[in-house]
Amino acid sequence: MTIKHTFKLCFLLLIFSCASTEITKIEGKRLDIDETIKSDQTIEDFITPYREHVNKSMDSVLSYAPETYSKSDGELNTAIGNFMADAIFSEGNPIFNQRTGKNIDFVLFNHGGIRAIISKGDITTRTAYSVMPFENSTVVVGLKGTQINAMMDYLSKAKRAHPVSKQLQLTLDKDSNIKSATIHGEPIDMSKTYYVATNDYLYNGGDGMVFFHPNEGIEILNYKVRDVLIDTFKKTDTINPKRDNRFIKLKD
Amino acid sequence: MKRRQFIQKSTAATILAGVGGLGLQSFSPSKTKKITILHTNDVHSHIDPFGPDDGRNANKGGVARRSTLVESIRKDNPNTLLLDAGDIFQGTPYFNFYGGELEFKLMSMLKYDLATIGNHDFDNGIDGLYAQIPHAKFDFVSANYDFSNTVMDTHVKPYKTFVKDGIKIGVFGLGIKLEGLVDKNLYKETVYHHPIEIAQDMSRILKEEQGCDLVICLSHIGYNYKNAPNKVSDITVARATKDIDLIIGGHTHTFLPKPTIEKNSIGKNVLVNQVGAYGLYLGKVDFYFEPGKEVSAEGASIIV
Repeated sequence: MTIKHTFKLCFLLLIFSCASTEITKIEGKRLDIDETIKSDQTIEDFITPYREHVNKSMDSVLSYAPETYSKSDGELNTAIGNFMADAIFSEGNPIFNQRTGKNIDFVLFNHGGIRAIISKGDITTRTAYSVMPFENSTVVVGLKGTQINAMMDYLSKAKRAHPVSKQLQLTLDKDSNIKSATIHGEPIDMSKTYYVATNDYLYNGGDGMVFFHPNEGIEILNYKVRDVLIDTFKKTDTINPKRDNRFIKLKD
Repeated sequence: MKRRQFIQKSTAATILAGVGGLGLQSFSPSKTKKITILHTNDVHSHIDPFGPDDGRNANKGGVARRSTLVESIRKDNPNTLLLDAGDIFQGTPYFNFYGGELEFKLMSMLKYDLATIGNHDFDNGIDGLYAQIPHAKFDFVSANYDFSNTVMDTHVKPYKTFVKDGIKIGVFGLGIKLEGLVDKNLYKETVYHHPIEIAQDMSRILKEEQGCDLVICLSHIGYNYKNAPNKVSDITVARATKDIDLIIGGHTHTFLPKPTIEKNSIGKNVLVNQVGAYGLYLGKVDFYFEPGKEVSAEGASIIV
């Protein structure tokens, strides 16, 4: 072996070695985080003062849930969604009426806005914070019948259980076309202005709900949706949310 | 003549020994290198474990337990990165009370290496996010959000590279379209660019220009949209790009029991993973580099 050979060998070795920093094997796993893992005490101690402060205001019992309610327990309407939409109507309408002399016609909310389940058992302030963590306010928007039609069209295509209050009845046929849409049992009047309660997120086009513009005006109630829930819980000993037929799709 | 031959031979031996020594240190076929990637997504301010009465996740999760788990994995393999795919904020009163301060402080204590930005991280406005940045001892990446005309300018980089045990790792971030999802008053002048072209660009930069051995996409664009298959998602990014080894996702709260294996634009495997939400799980992907070992045309062998 000569020096030349040696250099060649070295060169090859280097090329070979460096080119081979390639991945040869990959292992993927999901690890559970549960009570079998001991808590890191340093982290616990750091959280404690924050937790105590938060808990002081969170753990008061407001009401009782006879079942567990989830936003995924219905195709186009759910017990929890109906409960929330009806609560916004009941709590919001007196304020709106007092300010404007008018009444809310119905409520539209969004499926994605329900952020947690209501668990069977005691309902606390914490429950309201988990279901509705956002700071969004209730708003009432004046909408012409044409815009309401655009809303119905959106709902028929969205295929999600966006919560509506019981004053609205929307029935889709098996192909998801609108079969009937009524408000207070009456067909939608194109020239009439309807007052729809929602939150400021959706009013500003959240979840693609562009039909809130153009509109006939907006009344910001300065009443957080979460506070609507808290006030409703406080007035109700045991909640009784029910899935019904307000927004359905026919099978045939 | 004989003496000359002897010198030549001994020099050759020395050089060979030198190369051998170098090889043993960094390129030796006998030394397997292992990079561990740990990840969370959509923790949504879930600092405490769920209570014993929770209807779905009783006694699960908890950041103090996550800390113990991460530490034990780091002890086993110091060449570990801990990443978060966004939506750190919003979901428990801790966020309503402290605006994300506690979330960032705890992630810093757990020594997170990097995070991307989710739509809910704008929930107190871009100013609310900016206000918490001093509490984060880790960096943020997003390649498709342009923050130039916002307070977040210079606080978010498109990508970051790490070197662990001589292996260069590049991680870039992707965020979801904000219009129609987040109130414009909250995200203000943040500009969104379509993730596919950005991801193609980023993977080229990281692989070719930066010479990364491992390329990771840290995404908050969502796993997959069954009702809208054309909507950009981790799956569509995986299929439309090359040179990405792992996509860590978020946003859709998809509880994947194990990573999905997708084919990229040149038929090679890409791993796509997401661990649901609320810190109920920790994702762990180990990459092994074994110099000298043949790699098949498809790529590495994958055990999931």
